Amino acid sequence: MKILVGVKRVVDFNVRIQVKADGSGVTTDGVKMSMNPFDEIAVEEALRIKEAGNAEEVIVVTIGPKAAQEQLRTALAMGADRAIHVETDDEIQPLTAARILQALAEKEAPKLVLLGKQAIDDDNNQTAQMLGALSHWPQATFASEVEIEGDKATVIREVDAGLETLSVDLPAVISADLRLNEPRYVKLPDIMKAKRKPLETVTVEELGVEHVAAVKVLKTAAPAKREAGIIVESVDELVAALKEKGLI
Amino acid sequence: MSKVLVIAEHDGTNLNGSTARAVSCASDLGLDAIDVVVLASDGSSVAEQAAKLTGVTKVLLVQNPANEHAVAAFLAPQIESLAADYSHVLAPSTTFGKDLMPRVAAHLGRPQISDIMRVESAMVFDRPVYAGNAIVTVEAPEGLVVGTVRTASYKAVSNDGAASVETRSVDVNLPSHTRFVELQSGGGDRPDLQAASKVVSGGRGVGSEENFKVIYSLADKLGAGVGASRAAVDAGFIPNDHQVGQTGKIIAPDLYMAFGISGAIQHLAGIKDAGTIVAVNKDADAPIFEVADFGLVADLFEVAEELEKAL
Ligand SMILES: Cc1cc2nc3c(=O)[nH]c(=O)nc-3n(C[C@H](O)[C@H](O)[C@H](O)COP(=O)(O)OP(=O)(O)OC[C@H]3O[C@@H](n4cnc5c(N)ncnc54)[C@H](O)[C@@H]3O)c2cc1C
Ligand SMILES: Nc1ncnc2c1ncn2[C@@H]1O[C@H](COP(=O)(O)O)[C@@H](O)[C@H]1O
Repeated sequence: MKILVGVKRVVDFNVRIQVKADGSGVTTDGVKMSMNPFDEIAVEEALRIKEAGNAEEVIVVTIGPKAAQEQLRTALAMGADRAIHVETDDEIQPLTAARILQALAEKEAPKLVLLGKQAIDDDNNQTAQMLGALSHWPQATFASEVEIEGDKATVIREVDAGLETLSVDLPAVISADLRLNEPRYVKLPDIMKAKRKPLETVTVEELGVEHVAAVKVLKTAAPAKREAGIIVESVDELVAALKEKGLI
Repeated sequence: MSKVLVIAEHDGTNLNGSTARAVSCASDLGLDAIDVVVLASDGSSVAEQAAKLTGVTKVLLVQNPANEHAVAAFLAPQIESLAADYSHVLAPSTTFGKDLMPRVAAHLGRPQISDIMRVESAMVFDRPVYAGNAIVTVEAPEGLVVGTVRTASYKAVSNDGAASVETRSVDVNLPSHTRFVELQSGGGDRPDLQAASKVVSGGRGVGSEENFKVIYSLADKLGAGVGASRAAVDAGFIPNDHQVGQTGKIIAPDLYMAFGISGAIQHLAGIKDAGTIVAVNKDADAPIFEVADFGLVADLFEVAEELEKAL
């Protein structure tokens, strides 16, 4: 079987986000960009499924500008077999991303689509579920353990109440949570090898995906800042301060 | 007439507190009616609780054995079939709502507004991005609005309502491709993290599962819920459902006490709405001190012990 993995280029998780003074967005010029951390975990999981003999091919896909090919190369260096770049300079929202992934899934017929649970730029946490709905496939979101047995997957999900286990028929879409695995480091020779792996480019139009009604961002603002607090010197001082506030 | 439908979160017997917060957000929309739908296998006690929420017009009870557990692939088509009567469909942005609502939205061909933290108008909302390091004001396109509510941004509505409960049958085909196997609950009988007015959290600095007893013990003394950083969960000190942060639980207790937590932005994203933050860390340069109302540069074990005695 084939596994399709979604990989998004986002501002690196270590970057301190700066909101532009004119409210038009956050600063991305000269800022370090990386693969969305959840997608790295999704790629790693796909590779492990393949290495366990449960898949033949891992295809990574990104929807985004030319520069997003960098993240595809990283995924190829990790061990993915080939890459698809859906090239667009437009801002892609989850419903459109899901439609594009659906079109690719129809073309490639994967048994599994692995996505991150959320992209850490917009924190939407939607695409996997939307793809599940559009394709009429089962979904298992926020996965912390995935086991493939024939035509089924057993997935442990991280939910507010604890850990939930679902069994789903394949094809299915699964979204990766942080504790699913620890992604491997890429080694230099793998980066060299990745340069020769196939990377195909398509446009949104070629996939036959139309523009859908989108959410419009009116402005971007910095969050309210918390007032700076004080350093207390002792437990007694802390207790007195909390008592004064009526908290204990 | 525009109406909002709020999807109730529950465990079959009890309404989850997140629902009352979602209703509070729904009230801010200023529409003609707020209906709550309870999808359950029985759910009559849940429906009764929902009917008491202030501001609710009507409770719809949809009973189906398939609704025994909240499986998104089963719930979504049922909600889709109810949505035609509404201008807005909302659910809490808990793992329940996060899993379910995008599936509903996509079925209906609508985009979703995730984590609504403020209603500017019935079509314009504020929501956090970049782990809460920026707030965007967004406008939904004309037509049905599907959204999830950032529960930490809303106080629960009170319980002096008396809405009617109406049983609805929903006739849709449910898929057979998904099976609920089990739920392993990590929490004991401590206060629920998302509802607790006090939370004591431990991080990597706590050092081990054994040492976490110190945190539990202090929490019990305070009647507090217990939280943790991702590092503490990853290291196996404490189960996943205690994680606070961008990808864990977003909480708004009156008092948050962080022991041995450095204060990474992903952790802070979960406590931005806390009333008072106390940080205990032996490293005076730990970023948690930048947001703490009261900081104590000291060994967490010594502080926890002394504090427990002083209470
Ligand atoms: C995509 C993504 C999502 C994430 N989501 C989350 C999330 O939801 N929640 C979350 O918490 N993290 C999250 N993280 C991880 C986050 O970046 C940090 O790695 C994590 O919060 C660190 O946890 P910590 O503060 O316990 O550990 P550390 O950063 O290692 O800090 C431990 C602290 O303990 C102190 N300490 C040690 N011993 C003692 C002692 N005896 N007494 C007092 N102090 C002591 C140290 O000085 C140090 O400051 C996420 C990361 C990524 C990439
Ligand atoms: N532009 C994109 N290109 C590739 N994958 C994407 C894109 N947008 C979203 N995804 C996938 O969908 C997941 C969830 O994203 P979101 O719904 O935006 O939070 C991400 O972790 C990716 O796996």
